[in-house]
Amino acid sequence: MKLSGSDIIIRTLIEQGVDVVFGYPGGQVINIYDSLYKYRDELKHVLTAHEQGASHAADGYARATGKVGVVIATSGPGATNLVTGIATAYIDSVPMVAITGNVPTTVIGTDGFQEIDITGVTLPITKHNYFVGSIRDLADTIREAFRLAKSGRPGPVLIDVPKDVQIAIGEFTPQASPVPPDPAAPAKDIRIRQAAGCINSAQKPFIYFGGGLITSQAQDELLQMAEIIDAPIGCSMMGISGIPTDYPRFLGMQGMHGHYACSMAMHHADVIIAMGARFNDRVTGDRTKFALDARIVHIDIDGAELGKTVSPLHGLRGDVKKTLQKLIPLLKSTRHPAWQAEIARLQEEEAAGLDSREGMTPRNVISLLNGYLGENTPVATDVGQHQMWAAQYLNLKASRRFISSGGLGTMGFGMGAAMGAAMGTGERTVLVTGDGSFGMNLNELATAVANLVPLVILLLNNGVLGMVRQWQTLFFQKHYSNTTLTDRGTDFVKLAHAFGAQASRALTLEELKEALDAAFAAKGPYLIDCAIDKDEFVLPMLPPGGSMDDIIVKIGG
Amino acid sequence: MMKFTVAILVNNQFGVLNRVTSMFRRRQFNITSLTVSETESEAFSRITVQSEGDEVKKEQLINQLYKLPDVCSIAELDTADTVNRELLLIKVKNAPQTRGDIHSAYDAYEGKVVDYTKDSLIIQMVGDSRKIDNFIDLMRDFEILEICRTGLVSLQRGEATIRRVTNL
Repeated sequence: MKLSGSDIIIRTLIEQGVDVVFGYPGGQVINIYDSLYKYRDELKHVLTAHEQGASHAADGYARATGKVGVVIATSGPGATNLVTGIATAYIDSVPMVAITGNVPTTVIGTDGFQEIDITGVTLPITKHNYFVGSIRDLADTIREAFRLAKSGRPGPVLIDVPKDVQIAIGEFTPQASPVPPDPAAPAKDIRIRQAAGCINSAQKPFIYFGGGLITSQAQDELLQMAEIIDAPIGCSMMGISGIPTDYPRFLGMQGMHGHYACSMAMHHADVIIAMGARFNDRVTGDRTKFALDARIVHIDIDGAELGKTVSPLHGLRGDVKKTLQKLIPLLKSTRHPAWQAEIARLQEEEAAGLDSREGMTPRNVISLLNGYLGENTPVATDVGQHQMWAAQYLNLKASRRFISSGGLGTMGFGMGAAMGAAMGTGERTVLVTGDGSFGMNLNELATAVANLVPLVILLLNNGVLGMVRQWQTLFFQKHYSNTTLTDRGTDFVKLAHAFGAQASRALTLEELKEALDAAFAAKGPYLIDCAIDKDEFVLPMLPPGGSMDDIIVKIGG
Repeated sequence: MMKFTVAILVNNQFGVLNRVTSMFRRRQFNITSLTVSETESEAFSRITVQSEGDEVKKEQLINQLYKLPDVCSIAELDTADTVNRELLLIKVKNAPQTRGDIHSAYDAYEGKVVDYTKDSLIIQMVGDSRKIDNFIDLMRDFEILEICRTGLVSLQRGEATIRRVTNL
């Protein structure tokens, strides 16, 4: 059938199984928005306050559902406003398709109004990108983009469509079903056998997973393996929610602000079985001192991750789930009483060192929140101290329920991401944020109100940029350079009210409980301005450039 | 530092060279030689690139290259099994007192004069990089006016072809 380019875009999105797109209109996508109007019963569009919010919403949607998130923006500033969102998705391997308009092909290259070379700009932060110069290629390019976004290690793909291609009329042949991702293969048999030999010789095995476990849906296999080889389990921040927080063998998050027992167990293991994780610097600390006694088995679908930062003895390139399915039958069932005793001792040390103060401490706040979370409640975060407290203390039951910017550490990620997660799952969603991060994209409150998004915004307000302040306290002689926000005097309750959202302030745990009661019963977004002391620390802390032997567990008396 | 050469068969589309070199730049792989050309098929271009580093660096480079959707095939070219050639054009001052020595030099290196004027001459030479380097060194005794060299072009000896790597 003959259709306009913009109709082809929307029809292809629908064909690919897209039910919601996030975006913002503009001059060079006005035709796409006309087609969105035409197909409004088949494809929902969510208008955000800013393109960055739309990109984070598409990201949050994808993280919470496993489906490809889609964002649309106009040329020039619309397109560049997506950049942080695309980069965030890229480094955390989130499947996303971004569609941008551009000036007509006759104007491309002449610095036309709102013209930007967005394929050039996004080259290093996309899996791939396309400039569609002809309507003939349009539908297949979009299909190809979806295939790439969700195949192997997922990631964002951008498609730049000049306005004349949106207007042109071309032939469209609908496809019956979405393009499937490329089949995911297990690692080579010989590698799996070698790895099994290594794992079977372990006295102090440690299983470590990242976000790749969630993508591969290999939770069952991982737990099965842990039982067979009697190993403790830890994860990177991206792995959180991959297995239930309260699983007995699970020691939590490893790394710079990871759980003490987890970091120390990994540091002292003799075999580390890592899967779907990439050993970045927040995980290893000083690479030359990282887990020196350990032989590393590293399973990842992206072969370029094997040996990129740490050298595994056995690098297994393949899908985590399918590789584990072949690996598990080769493993010897065994017990490691001495190692388990060491783990138990580490856990006791950790428990003894836990913050036991009463009142509005980060731990007490998140613990109180835990009581309100359902089995499937997504919890999104922004970036900073609140993010680490959430990562440390949240009790999550289901996979894809921790939505947080890991690799890029994008302040301002949370509002968009939480909305995307809420819309993708249909679940009331919690955003744990801070006054610094929230300030970056609080305009998205407007979107949450307009769409009556069931959002509980728990704003840990300490009046400072807490994470930077923590470093300034510890390493910069308390020179609090540009990290104090109290002089802004923002009243977040009034601010939420001005946007049409509900809000209340909590200065005590009792008030917080009342606020959470109200927030979890509210219809739309509800903001809780939760007061936290400015000198709370995130602990433990691995000092920059240090190894796990240098871990700071306590500060002051 | 160890040098290594890889040939990369890529989709013949605009922007592909940029994608490849952009990856080299952001991951800090140093390019010591780069040539791009059309191939026996219109669908593909061939990028021959020489870089430096240890075995780990080389493996990382190849793995990162394979992640680019436009990369179809990669062949590692080690010198023993490879014919490597470069083309050099070198312009030197043509003076009566040095003319004879220059002539002996390019004769010995099987070079060829492709431009001859009263004051300058251009010598063309084909060979592996070492031969080209040596000849340029030799010419430093005279007055070099300008140098242009192509960078490596390489093919595996025998029946092996880059397209067999992935059965294209």
